Amino acid sequence: MSAAPHIVVTDLTMAYGRVVIQKDLTFTVNRGDVFIIMGGSGCGKSTLLRHLIGLIPPAKGSVHYGDIDFWQASAAKRDRIMRGIGVLYQKGALWSSMTLAENVALPLQEFTDLNAAQIEELVALKLALVGLAGFEGHYPSEISGGMQKRAGLARAMALDPEILFFDEPSAGLDPISARRLDELILELRESLGATVVVVTHELASIFAIGNNSVFLDPETKTMIAAGDPKALRDDASNSTVRSFLTRGEA
Amino acid sequence: MIHIPEKGTPHDRGRAEEEAAVRCEPPAAGVLTVYLSGCWKIDGPTPSADEVIQQVPSLPGASRMVLNAEQVSAWDSTLLSFIVKLGAYCAAQEIAFDSQMLPAGIQRLVKLATAVPAKETSHRIGKGQPFLARLGEAVLGVWQGTADMLAFIGEAFVAFCRFLTGRAQYQRSDLLRFMWNCGPQALPIVTLISLLVGLILAFVGAIQLLLFGAQIFVANLVAVAMVRVMGAVMAAVIMAGRTGAAFAAQLGTMQVNEEIDALKTMGIPPMEFLVLPRMLAIVVMMPVLCVYADVMGIIGGLIVGVGMLNLGLVEYLNQTKASLTLTYFWIGLFYSAVFGVLIALAGCLRGLQCGRSASAVGAATTSAVVTAIVAIVVATAVITFALNVIGI
Repeated sequence: MSAAPHIVVTDLTMAYGRVVIQKDLTFTVNRGDVFIIMGGSGCGKSTLLRHLIGLIPPAKGSVHYGDIDFWQASAAKRDRIMRGIGVLYQKGALWSSMTLAENVALPLQEFTDLNAAQIEELVALKLALVGLAGFEGHYPSEISGGMQKRAGLARAMALDPEILFFDEPSAGLDPISARRLDELILELRESLGATVVVVTHELASIFAIGNNSVFLDPETKTMIAAGDPKALRDDASNSTVRSFLTRGEA
Repeated sequence: MIHIPEKGTPHDRGRAEEEAAVRCEPPAAGVLTVYLSGCWKIDGPTPSADEVIQQVPSLPGASRMVLNAEQVSAWDSTLLSFIVKLGAYCAAQEIAFDSQMLPAGIQRLVKLATAVPAKETSHRIGKGQPFLARLGEAVLGVWQGTADMLAFIGEAFVAFCRFLTGRAQYQRSDLLRFMWNCGPQALPIVTLISLLVGLILAFVGAIQLLLFGAQIFVANLVAVAMVRVMGAVMAAVIMAGRTGAAFAAQLGTMQVNEEIDALKTMGIPPMEFLVLPRMLAIVVMMPVLCVYADVMGIIGGLIVGVGMLNLGLVEYLNQTKASLTLTYFWIGLFYSAVFGVLIALAGCLRGLQCGRSASAVGAATTSAVVTAIVAIVVATAVITFALNVIGI
């Protein structure tokens, strides 16, 4: 696998007003990585994700996609980058007034020249990929939380994105569904060749899928480790990181 | 956690329930002993830790506090809270705190409660600030709110321009659904309110006009008032409460569910996809509702005129027709178009500004209705004054 940088974060500071959430974040997500953003509750993991997907401008520092500085780029360029990413939100964030099929179809309708029949076929395919074949006509409120998440994933994959972001994919799922989702994530990375960025604090997921990571610390308000989570578990010098990755048992 | 059967566990019932009490023994060799006794339960009266804390300064020489709970018959969190507070006081006064004599369950819970020190920064800033600081923040908030509103109006206008050039990303089915919702579905309530407003206007006018024997002019009064302004205002107030609130609640809930974030990251501007169809629907339907409200108001007046003042039906209608000009009609339509824009702006702005909680959705809805009604009244005043100045 090539190690070409895909997302480069340099000297990023995140703040709400004057309250700094995290500062001095510098890391690189390589093409094809399954990159984990981890850390204890409330350390700003999801906030970092929202910075990466262009929802919150950084207080300081930059986020590069390839060679393009996201926040300095023109609106048109930003739009193009945004179209190349898919996001699975914590609770799915399906558009509740639309059926699952309409949810998945919307990006296809807006950004491709496919006709209705082609879109319908693609939608059925995407839903089948996440194990929801036959649920096209259901509304998000009519299916379970785990199914909403999978439908959210189908929507995130609608445009075959280069980068997939996951916000706490296994939160609220039973262990088996969580493992299946992990497998699905790996499968998608292999088959689509996508870069995957996952916010999570589920250790099982972290070790099962992650090959690169950044660890955010709420105390010092900065990153205190980066790299392969398995390597970090075995020989991180920082005790916070080590105890996090071993559930405080070592 | 508290399964070990020992003396004084929380569920130790069946004893004669003696009232909770606390007694301080004067310090001997620097040791102050606090005896606790009775039933320390949340449903009975229990002493407060302050009683002990107030006594401590009057008992000098204490360098160590020992708690003795051998006489406690039953306890729950009330006792725990008492002990934790006392412990915090002792720590502040540098008095050694000895809880060895307490039941093991309490000791463990006290340890748990004091394990993580309270974080200084986790207290929210903003409360307990001096008045001037809060006033300053409020003024800055108004400034920020105005800036946000202007930005929103600008964005809405850009979205509208994109719509005119056919480049806006929205779904036609959404637009039709909102138009159906803002138009035909609002007719029953508009009928009721406008008819009644027409009746009321006629009643109030009739009493005065009867004094001059000029009751026929009730027709003029009702027709001119309804067509020029009241039809538009009443329809707008109904729509602000009905549709403006619904818009704010819909968009607010979408904000809570991250649905709006999902649109943004998908490269679909919420301004075009969500706000534009709602604004178009209400701006198109408001004038229609206004005309309908005018007609209903005139019918309301007619009921009073014909039914109560014994005017002829034809006579009343002729008088109504004579009193109206096309200019009045256009003025009414102008009012209602302005109101439509205001209601849509207020509803969508407050919805998109919504925070990420259920109470924020409620606040957004309330704020949308209040903003819309204030805007409607202010706009009515301004337009009426302007029309007066230019003389139409």
